[in-house]
Amino acid sequence: MNKKILDIKNLRSKVDETEILKGLDLEMNKGEIHIMMGPNGAGKSTFANVLMGHPKHEIIDGEIIFNDKIINDLSVDKRAKEGMFLSFQYPEEIPGVTVENFLRNAKMTLTGENQGVFAFRKVLKEKMKLLEMDESYASRYLNQGFSGGEKKKNEILQMVVLEPKLAILDETDSGLDIDAIRIVSNGVKAFSNDDNAILVITHYNKILDYLEPDFVHILVDGKIVKTGGIKLAREIEEKGFEEFK
Amino acid sequence: MEKKKRTYIADIQRGIYDQKNEFKYKYKSEKGLTSKIVKEISREKNEPQWMLDFRLKSLEIYNSKPVPTWGPDLSDLDIDNIVHYIRPDADISTDWDEVPEDIKKTFDSLGIPEAEKKSLAGVGAQYDSEIVYHNIKQELVDQGVVYTDMETAMKDYEDIVKEHFMKLVPPNDHKFAALHGAVWSGGSFVYVPEGVKVDIPLQSYFRLNAPGAGQFEHTLIIVEKGAEVHFIEGCSAPKYSVNNLHAGCVELFVKEDARLRYSTIENWSKNMYNLNTKRAVVDKNGTIEWVSGSFGSKVAMLYPMSILRGERAKAEFTGITFAANGQYLDTGSKVVHAAPYTTSNINSKSISKDGGYALYRGLLRVAPNAHGSKSTVSCESLMLDNESNSDTIPIIDLKNDDIDIGHEAKIGRISDEAIFYLMSRGISEEEAKAMIVRGFVEPIAKELPLEYAVELNNLIKIELEGTIG
Repeated sequence: MNKKILDIKNLRSKVDETEILKGLDLEMNKGEIHIMMGPNGAGKSTFANVLMGHPKHEIIDGEIIFNDKIINDLSVDKRAKEGMFLSFQYPEEIPGVTVENFLRNAKMTLTGENQGVFAFRKVLKEKMKLLEMDESYASRYLNQGFSGGEKKKNEILQMVVLEPKLAILDETDSGLDIDAIRIVSNGVKAFSNDDNAILVITHYNKILDYLEPDFVHILVDGKIVKTGGIKLAREIEEKGFEEFK
Repeated sequence: MEKKKRTYIADIQRGIYDQKNEFKYKYKSEKGLTSKIVKEISREKNEPQWMLDFRLKSLEIYNSKPVPTWGPDLSDLDIDNIVHYIRPDADISTDWDEVPEDIKKTFDSLGIPEAEKKSLAGVGAQYDSEIVYHNIKQELVDQGVVYTDMETAMKDYEDIVKEHFMKLVPPNDHKFAALHGAVWSGGSFVYVPEGVKVDIPLQSYFRLNAPGAGQFEHTLIIVEKGAEVHFIEGCSAPKYSVNNLHAGCVELFVKEDARLRYSTIENWSKNMYNLNTKRAVVDKNGTIEWVSGSFGSKVAMLYPMSILRGERAKAEFTGITFAANGQYLDTGSKVVHAAPYTTSNINSKSISKDGGYALYRGLLRVAPNAHGSKSTVSCESLMLDNESNSDTIPIIDLKNDDIDIGHEAKIGRISDEAIFYLMSRGISEEEAKAMIVRGFVEPIAKELPLEYAVELNNLIKIELEGTIG
């Protein structure tokens, strides 16, 4: 059985006329947690957006192979249906759409199966408990009036409810206090299993105290310049990214 | 990326709304507007002399006033090409089985008889210029509630009609009020006696089937002291290539401690000029609540007005306007605070797409004696693409500074980032847009009667189909 879930070869992308990803290679297998670190402006968020298919970014070279399928030309919603998920750095506020209705709707779309109101509510409540979220969030409008931390928790809630095959967490830990980082990390750990993979994009080390990554990648100027284990992250913590620039 | 579809069709099928019936009538006036035509309408209706005189006076005023130029362009509206009166080939009945088959089928597909059975206390149905069906539950009749067509009211309650008819909206108010005074026909009359609370709604539905025609129904509602009622008004028409005109008039009298909710879902076809005038006067401690949905029409000018003339009178306005291709919808709300401690809350939302134009025009006037009053106005606009337009013209006229006012206006576009966000959860682009639009109107939708909230969702679906791009 092929365990490979993501295979990126020489990925180059531009936004407007500026090239940002300049030949990025990355492989991920099921059951793995990867961390991607890099200085500001290295292209971390761009990479997350290109993976998910943001229309602003254009792929100019290379391939993204997800689940043995080249997805370069697949629309955002189809990528989600293939099992990809992005936890946004700045989640959008959607007034008038409750968290519960939205998630139930998304779950039905992704699975192609009806989700009974009560059965779904039960699952949602369990997951909210795991993330120490008050039940009242379910009936609030999606991200509207949420604090930064609440928005991030809400992203993780979506991840654990929608159960993707590959979750990309774009700076989910930034702006969170220690408690929130612990809660989010617990959510990620509970979600992680042999059948899915997680890519955590961050420029802090705090989350590494809670997660046990299989690989750490250093992204500088649109390329992965070094890959290693947790030790690599510790090195960065001490010395910064200077020596990779 | 997948290639994006761009499949906009200029004349979207609006399903049941566009079902046309063969144009049949018992009597119709000639095209245009002359004193001869006005006299004929009055004769057809066997009206008393005072009403004929009123009509002719209104015609004079109409002829003396220029077409207003401060709003949408009305130059394409040619009164000489409009048929002002069409008596349908049906008599008024209290039994759907007596309504001619084709007309009954129209109202059936609009769900009116069904709604009557399930959730209404009374129903009126107008087809072209006359009411073809009117009925009210017996228990309301027993409590003294009157709900009937205006023609019957003219005969049975002539004194009340004479005392109130076009007193709130006089013919010299503006050109189309004068036109209404001259050629009005049909509409509903509601009288709720002191202390009677009608807890399920009454509904009148206005359908204009004839091409190149005008509809000028008059709605007069009097809610006596401490009484309550909810009145629902629905309007629709199939689309023709010639212009149609709607210049109705609504006059609402809300007495002391009384409460009236007036809900409208207007879904005229996109060849309609909707130049409608609605006004309410509210006495001490009384409440008027307007819920207004404007979806159809080529051009609309509609600004329901609340005159708060009794202490602590209250007005609420909740409105949604949806302007698509070829539509210029100029809507809003007017409030006059004419007594102390009066309150008004205006909440308006508009959506424009495919080159549609949605404008909020509001007036807030506070009289010198209206101290201690409060008003909040909130208008929000959402533009779905770069071709569409939206604007806000709030006019505030204060003659008193002991008043608390809040005003908020927001105009925005549907954000690409929000669409991306929703799509990243597996939702298609089309559904993502619909979700954002439905969310935007949600605070309004929940004010609507259930079947209209469903209709609102369907309309959004119809309007958004094929607008990816």
